[in-house]
Amino acid sequence: MTAEMLLPVLAAAVQAGTPIFYATVGEILMERAGILNLGVEGAMLLGALAGFWMSMATGSPWLGLAAAAGAGAAACLLHGVVCTYALANQVVSGLALTILATGLANFLGTPYVGLAAPGFDPMPIPGLREIPVLGPVLFSQDVLVYFSYALPVAATVGLSRTRWGLRLRAAGESPTACRAAGLSVARLRLGACLVGGMLIGVGGAYLSLAFTHLWTNGVTAGRGWIAVALVIFAFWRPGRAMVGAYLFGGVMAFQLRLQAAGTAVPSSLLLMLPYVLTIVVLAVSSRWGRFFGAPAALGINPEPSE
Amino acid sequence: MRARWMMVLAMLLWTTGAWAKDFQVGFVYVSPVGDAGYSYAHDQGRKAVEAMEGVTTSFVESVPEGQDAERVITTMARKGYDMIFSTSFGYMDPTLKVAKQFPDVKFLHCSGYKTAPNMANYFGRMYQARYLTGMVAGAMTKSNLLGYVAAFPIPEVIRGINAFALGAQAMNPKAEVRVVWTKTWYDPAREKEAAKSLLDAGCDVIAQHQDSPAPQEAAQERGVYSVGYNSDMAKFAPKAHLTAAVWNWAPFYTEMVRQAQAGTWKADSYWWGMDKGVVDIAPFGPMVPEEVRAKVQAAKEAIGKGENPVFVGPIADQKGVERVPAGKALSDAELLSMNWFVRGVVGTLE
Repeated sequence: MTAEMLLPVLAAAVQAGTPIFYATVGEILMERAGILNLGVEGAMLLGALAGFWMSMATGSPWLGLAAAAGAGAAACLLHGVVCTYALANQVVSGLALTILATGLANFLGTPYVGLAAPGFDPMPIPGLREIPVLGPVLFSQDVLVYFSYALPVAATVGLSRTRWGLRLRAAGESPTACRAAGLSVARLRLGACLVGGMLIGVGGAYLSLAFTHLWTNGVTAGRGWIAVALVIFAFWRPGRAMVGAYLFGGVMAFQLRLQAAGTAVPSSLLLMLPYVLTIVVLAVSSRWGRFFGAPAALGINPEPSE
Repeated sequence: MRARWMMVLAMLLWTTGAWAKDFQVGFVYVSPVGDAGYSYAHDQGRKAVEAMEGVTTSFVESVPEGQDAERVITTMARKGYDMIFSTSFGYMDPTLKVAKQFPDVKFLHCSGYKTAPNMANYFGRMYQARYLTGMVAGAMTKSNLLGYVAAFPIPEVIRGINAFALGAQAMNPKAEVRVVWTKTWYDPAREKEAAKSLLDAGCDVIAQHQDSPAPQEAAQERGVYSVGYNSDMAKFAPKAHLTAAVWNWAPFYTEMVRQAQAGTWKADSYWWGMDKGVVDIAPFGPMVPEEVRAKVQAAKEAIGKGENPVFVGPIADQKGVERVPAGKALSDAELLSMNWFVRGVVGTLE
């Protein structure tokens, strides 16, 4: 494979990986606070719909982005409230969120299928785009991709260098110790749901505002579940999530390009590649690290003391 | 979902109550109507029926194939509908089942192969329009590489790709068609990525057998050309859109209803083509030169008069083996079961 063929695959990998990347970082924040959220797929869908709807109604993709963040946050906060205050089983509540949100998004979104809304178009950065390899791959994308480059640093610094981040992690590692220090576990966890949910909503909106400018029922097509798997692959670290998301996006982009190049491999086998990769990644990272890095109180609801 | 069924039921009750004496025609769609695409094209046909004297229509959209379809069709039949059009392949068995229970209702199923005494099937010779769009694409390409984003390797889609390739080769013997399968009818993200992969491989015209306009968007973003499908997609990519292979169900639907009202309707297999206007091409984009338009127009007239059956020999397959001898045309049965690519198509059939 020549460099000319490889560069478009890498650029497509970054683009296809970006929605998964946003969702994975959002899920990492929630899980680091102890909230396992299997509702990512549903929250992404609501984000995609809210973003599309707002952008169409107002003509501004930026307002659409804000609406998407709001919708994602609302969905994840609902899950957070149900888990922290009603002490619901986190796995069941998360699955219920995905079912609820999928139905709701399809119901509300049906009138908008086949319509077009303004969105984010590729905006190469002058100067940086001239850099060989990196220019076309990293700096000829749309503005949401550029934002996502800041995520690993922002999330890592936020989690390990700020008081809020350390407390958030305490809520996920040892709620008892956290409470003994006079902190509200519920409030910390809901804060993580808010921020994480916004990122998940933006990840969904990337599909309806940037990747295409269209809404369709089920536009996320399983990307939310891939994000849940990538959290484990990333050992709950935002930087590694970036690698995982791009790797995954790359496999998706690569299989279509193999077809376009006229290979004789049956397309059914090529279409399996991303999912084979998911299983391999889960198997390898579980075996290798025994869920290395998993927050100790992940999925556990502490009894309310008040 | 439940709320939507309630709405549908309420709508059906309302229509039956309001115009109980009219001839009632129901339509079942697999996707939302929206403002482009497969179900939109059927709904344009429904509107022509609605405009007929003494006829009322209604439709149910986004009906999943299988059990749900059976429930929707049964409800329509029970509400006293006289004629029901079910417009997706997967409605075939549900329609047949309901047709047996309601022998007085006339059923028409689109794109399948089963019939009953009160159930016809119908489709359009879309390959004729595909051939014409292929001619435009073949004339406009500079790289001689045409990209085709395709849903599933079934005869309907394969026939369209082959007709497109034959049309392109009629204008440009060097034209090659690259195929990428998405294995979905409607997933804008995957359709667009598939289109981009074809653009990266050097294709400079993108055609599609998909229901979303996402491949058109991809072509416009790269500044190359595109060919739409189902309905005119020019508004999604005005700078790229050369033309589109479009459905025009109005003549067929109005004729079926007219025959039913006159008592002459028969449960037949209908496969209408360009001669009756069921398939057509969308208006040319401004970039298509006059000379190309004239040639396509001439071919369109020849097809309409039955002088050009499109699949007429000599036609060789991908490996160069002659499949259709010179002067012979493929029969309808051979067209309906087509499972091989013509020479000049690059892609697998799996």
